[in-house]
Amino acid sequence: MYAYDEIDRTLVNERVSEFRDQVKRRLSGELTEDEFKMLRLQNGVYLQLHAYMFRVAIPYGTLSSNQLRRLAHVARKYDRGYGHFTTRQNIQFNWIKLAELPDALADLADVGIHAMQTSGNNTRNVTSDQWAGVAPGEVEDPRIWAEILRQYTTLHPEFSFLPRKFKFAITASPHDRAAIKIHDIGLRLHKNSAGETGFEILVGGGLGRTPFIGKTIKPFVHGRDLLSYVEAIMRVYNQYGRRDNIYKARIKILVHELGIEKFAAEVEEEWQQMRDGALKLDDEVVEDIRARFFYPKYEKLPHMPDELRKAAQDPQFEAWRRNSVFTHKVQGYAIVTISLKPVGGPPGDATADQMDALAEIADKYSFGEIRVGHEQNLALPHVAKRDLPALWKALDRIGLATPNVNLISDIIACPGLDYCSLANARSIPIAQELTRRFANHDTANLIGRLHINISGCINACGHHHVGHIGILGVEKNGEEFYQITIGGRADENAELGTLIGPSVKFEEVADVIEDIVEAYLALRARPDELFVDTVKRLGVEPFRERVYATR
Amino acid sequence: MTSPLEQKKIKIAGPSIVTANRTWDGTVIYRTARQGWSNELADAAIVRTSDDARALLAESVADDLGAVGAYIAPVEIAEGGRIEPGNLREQIRRSGVTIGLPVQA
Amino acid sequence: MPLVKGGKITDDSFVHLADDAVLPESGAVLVSAARFLQDPEALLGRAGKVGVIWPNSRDVDDLVPHLDRLAAVALVFPTFRDGRAYSQARLLRERFSYRGELRATGQVLRDQFVFMMRAGFDAFEVRKQGDAEAFAQTVKRYSVFYQPTGDGRLTALHRRMQLRHSESAGL
Repeated sequence: MYAYDEIDRTLVNERVSEFRDQVKRRLSGELTEDEFKMLRLQNGVYLQLHAYMFRVAIPYGTLSSNQLRRLAHVARKYDRGYGHFTTRQNIQFNWIKLAELPDALADLADVGIHAMQTSGNNTRNVTSDQWAGVAPGEVEDPRIWAEILRQYTTLHPEFSFLPRKFKFAITASPHDRAAIKIHDIGLRLHKNSAGETGFEILVGGGLGRTPFIGKTIKPFVHGRDLLSYVEAIMRVYNQYGRRDNIYKARIKILVHELGIEKFAAEVEEEWQQMRDGALKLDDEVVEDIRARFFYPKYEKLPHMPDELRKAAQDPQFEAWRRNSVFTHKVQGYAIVTISLKPVGGPPGDATADQMDALAEIADKYSFGEIRVGHEQNLALPHVAKRDLPALWKALDRIGLATPNVNLISDIIACPGLDYCSLANARSIPIAQELTRRFANHDTANLIGRLHINISGCINACGHHHVGHIGILGVEKNGEEFYQITIGGRADENAELGTLIGPSVKFEEVADVIEDIVEAYLALRARPDELFVDTVKRLGVEPFRERVYATR
Repeated sequence: MTSPLEQKKIKIAGPSIVTANRTWDGTVIYRTARQGWSNELADAAIVRTSDDARALLAESVADDLGAVGAYIAPVEIAEGGRIEPGNLREQIRRSGVTIGLPVQA
Repeated sequence: MPLVKGGKITDDSFVHLADDAVLPESGAVLVSAARFLQDPEALLGRAGKVGVIWPNSRDVDDLVPHLDRLAAVALVFPTFRDGRAYSQARLLRERFSYRGELRATGQVLRDQFVFMMRAGFDAFEVRKQGDAEAFAQTVKRYSVFYQPTGDGRLTALHRRMQLRHSESAGL
């Protein structure tokens, strides 16, 4: 993970000072809400149903144990003892007081955490693969470039008042765990035939009211040209993105209205004029950033340690291991996913106590490093396989060993109407009920990999469009109804789901999901044909029939 | 529960109140009949015409220092004149989340 | 509305001239883009200085041929949230080497001063007196800048390089 130096820390502290002054001027009346709102958004502060919500940045989903401890401290001191990990690798606190925010930010700044630009019409957290740096087959660590982009986009004087929010994601693996195709700019790191690092750049992906899968604007941009090319895209967007209608202000609309060829031509014209300017990245600068990323000194460890062999006798341990443990690029090590989706629990939440305990665990078993994934789970990226049995026991003690990763009860959900002022319907109770219906691990394993995504409104923060099963809350005559889609995917084969039929009531949603699952189990070609592949093969009709036969 | 943030024309369908969040700490507040704010729904001023609603909202919005995000919300008047939230959103704002909060281990 | 230039509140030597107002023979005037483009020579040829107020919804390309004879260009922030003028400012300064006064007008508030300066503005029609008075203090808020603009400030990336080199040189 990246080590902040004096320069980075100074910037974070200067930002905290500035916000402290802004809050003071707001609370004295010197700033009106109209003048203040965008400023607080640019520090991650939303107004929600019950209170302010504070969204803290976790750049490309990487945390140190000390940082996690400090998040626990903020949860305790300024909030109600828990936090929520989001679909963009950030963490949210739901009960924060505006007057206390500068102090909370100062406490976070001590460990190099900030909330810059986690909201507002600017560039947001540059997200990446939660397995970056340790995934087998990865081209190189995408976080180096995510950090380069993070710095470049932080307090950028030209792009702090864009038409709308702007999101980057970057992947360096064949399997895209960062969902780059549904981002405003998606970056696929790869090497050209000369072995040089560069990026396929996609633009105009995004969900919400008008979902789009991103389109390739340039198949290969050399690493040294990354920032200048990005600047060209952003300058075109800043100038020509619509500002008359917030529902048409994202870059995806501009790309759609111009067409990708014309948009690419505009960007190219701009880029040609500045590609050799100050934004050209030289190798020395890239290497400096790379040098500040910490990588563990891995031991030479056996592929099958005795501890693991012995523990294989324990069926509960095995169930967890088979579900939550993934191959590491270094022999003898593993990547462990930590499910934040306990049966009956709100997806993606962790208590302060859990965070503290997890920080200890990370120190002991993962070189002090934790990752956050967009599926709202956490990961320990550097676990020695011999430590897996002890790790499992430690996780189980704090309720973080539910063996449901990637299964039907590993649900991604936005906060919904329980918290969010934009919502039309609740999402968390739906998720909770579904985890109860599918609590049996044998059943869940029988069903196999199945991603359910739930959004409480069309803003789609739960990414329902790209869920294998997507659930969208709508309002009809004051009641909560839900539209169900199937067949969406967020990875390198990204695709939007298809509606199966009319929306259903709150009380019926879990039954409908059970019907869909039954249909799948009856129709799948083989036990290992994934739900999403069965849908691809057969289309929605057989599922629609099953669900609406008696409704 | 279509987000009231999307309210464009102000037209009320029944008895309504104005609600907002307190600026310094974000707690839920209700506009009273005495140009003030209260944490209690029972203290909320009730309006029954669109004109009155508009006026109450305008006066609420003018208190930029004390409150943020003021909007008009429906209520139901129960037996004995008790004010009840008029939709799920306002119920949640008054009573809190409908799910258990995560419990400290 | 106070004008801030050179880091402090100063008198405005320019007069905003309405489109239908008579052009005075001398004195510095700021005119709308429409008026200017109707007859640039009439304005540029007269004795006094001329500045143009350029809308944020229009490319600066049509202004470029006249830049070296303009004393001022005023760009517009219709609300502080509309950031198009930042791009216009950078293009004028960095691409077209404009050296005259570059003025920020519209909803110009304290919390955007640093961004505006970095983008190349050097004159500010500040909305609030209090903000104008706080200008010198406000622009000292930040000492670290991650990205290069035409303002010549060393970026963090390059500052690190410098530190590294001086460390290794044993300084």
